[in-house]
Amino acid sequence: MTTTAVAESPVNYLNVRHGVMSWLLTKDHKRIGLMYMVVVTLAFIVGAIFAGLIRIELATPEGDLVSSDTYNRLFTMHGIAMVFFVLIPAVPAILGNFVLPLMLGAKDVAFPKINLLSWYVFVVGTALTFGAMLTGGVDTGWTFYPPYSSSASDSNVFLTGIGVFVTGFSSILTGLNFMVTIHRMRAPGLTWFRLPLFVWAVYATSLVQILGTPVIAITVLMLALERVAGLGIFNPALGGDPVLFQHLFWFYSHPAVYIMILPPMGAISEVIACFSRKQIFGYSFVAFSSLAIAVFGFLVWAHHLFVAGISPYSALVFSILTYAVAVPSAVKTFNWTATMYRGAIWWKAPMIWVFGFLGLFLVGGLTGLFTAALGLDIHIHDTYFVVAHFHYIMVGGAIMGYFAGLHYWWPKMTGKMYSDAAAKVAAVLVFVGFNLTFFPQFILGYLGMPRRYHMYPPEFQVLNVMSTLGASVLGLGYLLVMIYLTYSIFWGEKAGANPWMATGLEWTTQSPPLPENFPETPIVTEGAYEYAKRETKVA
Amino acid sequence: MPNGLAAHADDHVHAHAHHPAQQHHFETLQQQAEASTLGMWLFLVTEVMFFGGLFTAYLIYRLWYPEAWAEGSRELDIRLGGFNTVVLIGSSLTMAMAVRAAQTGRRIATVVQLIATMALGLTFLVVKFFEYKSKYDLGHIPGPNFHFEGVHADQVQIFISLYFAMTGLHALHMIIGFVLMSVITWMAWKGRFSKEWYTPVEMSGLYWHFVDIVWIFLFPLLYLVDRANQLQ
Amino acid sequence: MSGHISPTSSYYRIFGALMVLTAVTVAVAFVNLGRWNFPVAIGIAITKATLVILFFMHVKYSSQLTKLIVGMAFFFLMIMFGLTLTDYLSRGWYTTPRGSTTAGVQKTLEGPVRAAPAPRPAAEGH
Repeated sequence: MTTTAVAESPVNYLNVRHGVMSWLLTKDHKRIGLMYMVVVTLAFIVGAIFAGLIRIELATPEGDLVSSDTYNRLFTMHGIAMVFFVLIPAVPAILGNFVLPLMLGAKDVAFPKINLLSWYVFVVGTALTFGAMLTGGVDTGWTFYPPYSSSASDSNVFLTGIGVFVTGFSSILTGLNFMVTIHRMRAPGLTWFRLPLFVWAVYATSLVQILGTPVIAITVLMLALERVAGLGIFNPALGGDPVLFQHLFWFYSHPAVYIMILPPMGAISEVIACFSRKQIFGYSFVAFSSLAIAVFGFLVWAHHLFVAGISPYSALVFSILTYAVAVPSAVKTFNWTATMYRGAIWWKAPMIWVFGFLGLFLVGGLTGLFTAALGLDIHIHDTYFVVAHFHYIMVGGAIMGYFAGLHYWWPKMTGKMYSDAAAKVAAVLVFVGFNLTFFPQFILGYLGMPRRYHMYPPEFQVLNVMSTLGASVLGLGYLLVMIYLTYSIFWGEKAGANPWMATGLEWTTQSPPLPENFPETPIVTEGAYEYAKRETKVA
Repeated sequence: MPNGLAAHADDHVHAHAHHPAQQHHFETLQQQAEASTLGMWLFLVTEVMFFGGLFTAYLIYRLWYPEAWAEGSRELDIRLGGFNTVVLIGSSLTMAMAVRAAQTGRRIATVVQLIATMALGLTFLVVKFFEYKSKYDLGHIPGPNFHFEGVHADQVQIFISLYFAMTGLHALHMIIGFVLMSVITWMAWKGRFSKEWYTPVEMSGLYWHFVDIVWIFLFPLLYLVDRANQLQ
Repeated sequence: MSGHISPTSSYYRIFGALMVLTAVTVAVAFVNLGRWNFPVAIGIAITKATLVILFFMHVKYSSQLTKLIVGMAFFFLMIMFGLTLTDYLSRGWYTTPRGSTTAGVQKTLEGPVRAAPAPRPAAEGH
């Protein structure tokens, strides 16, 4: 009973209605996910341009490309763009929005209108923040520390702060929506322990979004009021404590890194199970580890303040807690490895991204243990060691995880297959380019090169040049991804409902899905990864 | 099977009847009501953490500057603060009554109680306005024109900054609540609510009670610091 | 939809209790309890908030999930206060010249150290 003229394609969420307004006024979570993808990708390009400029400047020891003031703006805006407009929304708002209701057997999220509102809020926040960038930007570092940001900086702190404030509400609304959806809209028979691990990951992420984001909102608001209305809450001239800002800022910003990594980890679980043709090892451990990461993640924030002037006794407490938070992540890594052991590995593109993730996340996580050690952190804080550590997690972990998920669910989202060969080449390029960019930075940091400096002693040049070269390869890899994915939308081979022979409710319905996802509400009778009952990979 | 589409085509022909307030992605009205309740509570969690940042700053500075906190607190009019506390708790009572009236399907009672809630809320805001005005008249607005006698003047300015931030944010929430109440009152007047469906009234009630709870903490923390003059 | 309907009398009684507690908190504020004024005031406020939550917001009659969510909010609020206090309460332990163990109170005679006072329009010096 196709209603449209195209004889080959049945009605799906993409062709059911046409025109810009049908997108701008949509309540369909799938369309909203794609709309987020557009904005996030644009933000990624902007952030990448800033990164490119940084790396070009750092190819030579002198500060010869840009002034130090401009350089300050470059790394600040790179950080803001990537943290708030790419890493935080990418997997939850793009993949989560698209896939979550499908995985639950639901018609949509709990509050579709609020979902659309969250996108508009995101767009407004993006416009404000990137608008501030166009009119000179900010030079305080993405961390906005006062008193520089509140009194001394002459850059667009207020406008950027308001932009970040607004964007935070998008994150809150998404988290709220997802939590209610997971609690109340699961299909009959879909008990908590039959849920795919991506759902557990998104649930844990939503907890963090709800509990943490409001704190940065109020903190940025206090800063903005101090800057503009003279409210003296962090002002040392009045007896205020700038370190209090740091406490409040990192109370959110540390759990924020778990917003960035938990959903990609969820995607990794899905891809590993499918491409090992095997049940996830230790399902409940992986599920609970997501919750543990979310909760423990709130207990460690002052490890960003070790050298800020906090009490050493407090630093001791936070250091111990930071070691504790590493444990659930390690549990996941062990369980993923154990899943692959004795599995039948299917070497398709999503799995290549997963292998990249595993190696890079491992390095990133382990180097986090270095920075958690008080004595060592005194030496490596604010050096390139820390920069390398968090890029291994955020790019090597979160972005690779995002790409793994994107390559896994792309056929479901678009109904098209991309070139598997091109995707594998891109994954390798990104992996090689990434390591070439950031591994030298561990060494640079260990040798003492500070971060946020646009010039450095000449003996650091070789490593910096390697890093800049690596960034070029990395950029090429990302460009390749955008090329073949875009190509696939128009000229890709049509994908069936379940090209990966995966388990999961999202694969039981057509690609692209119906507007209301399922013709009838599915009824679930088994666990999430019953691969043993399915045939192994295609010959 | 594509046949399943027929039941949910664009012209909203339904094979099953459901309450006009039930949205299509929910299976039952009960599920929708539970989702709404859960959603509102999660939103209130975000509000707790939002105000929590200000309370954290308050806590730290109170420990650091007890004398300044005492001096700043004594500048606030305890009678107006106390009166406002009674008014706001009273508005919580009328709000609870409004929800109850909606639960029992009494339209006029719902409207009356909601209007009473709004009236009390407005009273609160008017009193707040006069408090702010007196601060302005005394030159106690933080910033370049701040003027305060005494050796702790700078830290008193921090106290008053927090006073304005906390009560200002609270007042903003009350204004939003007032607007929300107006919409709900209009809907109640139009007879949109019944024993079967009164969710918006209940959700507004939760929000309003939360705003009351914030003030329950703000009042002693801001107005009642060292009223026994121990630090002098 | 089903929801617990409380009798009006219970609302009036809770309101009465809240009024009494408000009067108590004001009265107690004028009594010198030393360090205990602050905790007592907070304790009364927590009691009042609990009454509003349990009875006006119906949490007493709500699902386990709702109760869990309310508990979770206060738990994380306590985390924010408590772990921040691990810093502020222990600053100066055994590390300042006279080794103070009190909360990081700045004990100076003329207020905090700061740069030259900002010029003020009215000639009221410090």
